[in-house]
Amino acid sequence: MSVPEQLQYSEEHEWVAGLADGAGDVVTVGITAHAADALGEIVYLELNKGEGERVEAGEPCGEIESTKSVSDLFSPVSGEITAINPAAIEQPKVINDDPYGEGWIFKVRVEGEPGDLLDAEAYTRLTDESA
Amino acid sequence: MSASKKTPLHDVHVELDATLVDFAGYAMPLRYAGETVEHRAVRTSAGLFDLSHMGEIFLSGPQAGAALDHALVGEISALAVGRARYTMICNPAGGVLDDLIVYRLADETFMVVANAANAATVLAELLDRAAGFDTVVTDRSAEYALIALQGPRAQEILAGFTDAPLADLRYYAIMDGVVAGADALLARTGYTGEDGFELFVSAGDAVPLWRALAGVEGVTPAGLSARDTLRLEAGMPLYGNELTTETTPYEAGLGRVVKLGKPGDFVGKEALTALSRTPPGRTLVGLVARGRRAPRQGYAVVTSDGTPCGAVTSGAPSPTLGTPIAMAYLDAGHSGELAVDVRGRQEPVDVVALPFYKRS
Repeated sequence: MSVPEQLQYSEEHEWVAGLADGAGDVVTVGITAHAADALGEIVYLELNKGEGERVEAGEPCGEIESTKSVSDLFSPVSGEITAINPAAIEQPKVINDDPYGEGWIFKVRVEGEPGDLLDAEAYTRLTDESA
Repeated sequence: MSASKKTPLHDVHVELDATLVDFAGYAMPLRYAGETVEHRAVRTSAGLFDLSHMGEIFLSGPQAGAALDHALVGEISALAVGRARYTMICNPAGGVLDDLIVYRLADETFMVVANAANAATVLAELLDRAAGFDTVVTDRSAEYALIALQGPRAQEILAGFTDAPLADLRYYAIMDGVVAGADALLARTGYTGEDGFELFVSAGDAVPLWRALAGVEGVTPAGLSARDTLRLEAGMPLYGNELTTETTPYEAGLGRVVKLGKPGDFVGKEALTALSRTPPGRTLVGLVARGRRAPRQGYAVVTSDGTPCGAVTSGAPSPTLGTPIAMAYLDAGHSGELAVDVRGRQEPVDVVALPFYKRS
């Protein structure tokens, strides 16, 4: 299962792209290929926060429903949502098809210190343990 | 996963990069390429399933039929040779221990096919209940692999591998034959709502038979996930969801399988007779969600004022209908607007007649 080197990861299986300095960065968030595969085909994605609203690191900010189950979506960072991917809302299967690309979920302008995130190596270890 | 038993087709599943899950103690393929593709393949062409985890229990001898009449709720002795019947084994209180298909292979030989999770219970009960009869009960589950080919093209595809007269084999019938060089029992049964066949072969013949069938264009390997949505669309109960020891055949809308009038006594007769005389306090219904959220097993069904009036037993987005569907037990006396509590939100649903899908 692919775990791109340049991304950072949460223990709840979200990825974060574009995190450099922390506060002020606009980062992109999605779920990992490992998570998408474990869920099965995603049929419904809902965010309970809109653009301009604040999300908290480690707090649920939406729900992901697959053919087999429903899971909470967590924000891996705190900050303000600046964009939500309309393609992921309308055709959530894009998350399965391209979890690190077209299947991105939302963008956040990071406020404060980002939470404890994992690098690719640590995330790979995490998924190996749970496999 | 390492503790799970492997079916004779395990290496094939690994080779196909299936997502494997433990199901009833077996490592089983949940999906291969994707459950929706697999589901659609069964509805439009053909899907190939490994069902080798299911139990095959044989009863033979002069009183095999009488023993099954006593042990099960159906009148099995009345079955013609070469025919099959959907039936149940109940406890003395009328609760369902398992739902079964029984095939009459010869005048004095019957094959009982049990759900994997219940196979040990069914075997123990059959041994116990058949004790006074002139019959031998044998568990042959480990000897058999079971491969199902299901879908509108199943007959045409299978015909390429056997001289058996498939066109003459009726629904819920079984015959001997040779398929792709392997001795097989060919049954026209299934759990998908489509035409199709279930092939019982020696465990050692499973891999070559699978490879032969899977090599045909239009045949898609399909896992448990697709099997579950297929049977749900077809309105077929799943043991552990719609059927448990706490449910009766009448609640499940399957009172027709209970033959109270058959000769002799059978386990559960007294309780089932009493249950048959009063309308059940709850019944199994079909639900179609108006929104996009799927009711799931265990979610509450509620009335418009939020009062709980039932529980969902199975639910999923229906690939064929394009909307979420579910089966639920609904308490008697409820009508009008209903909703399902989906994680704290009331999602409106409509009660519909089962099945959701019927093949044309």
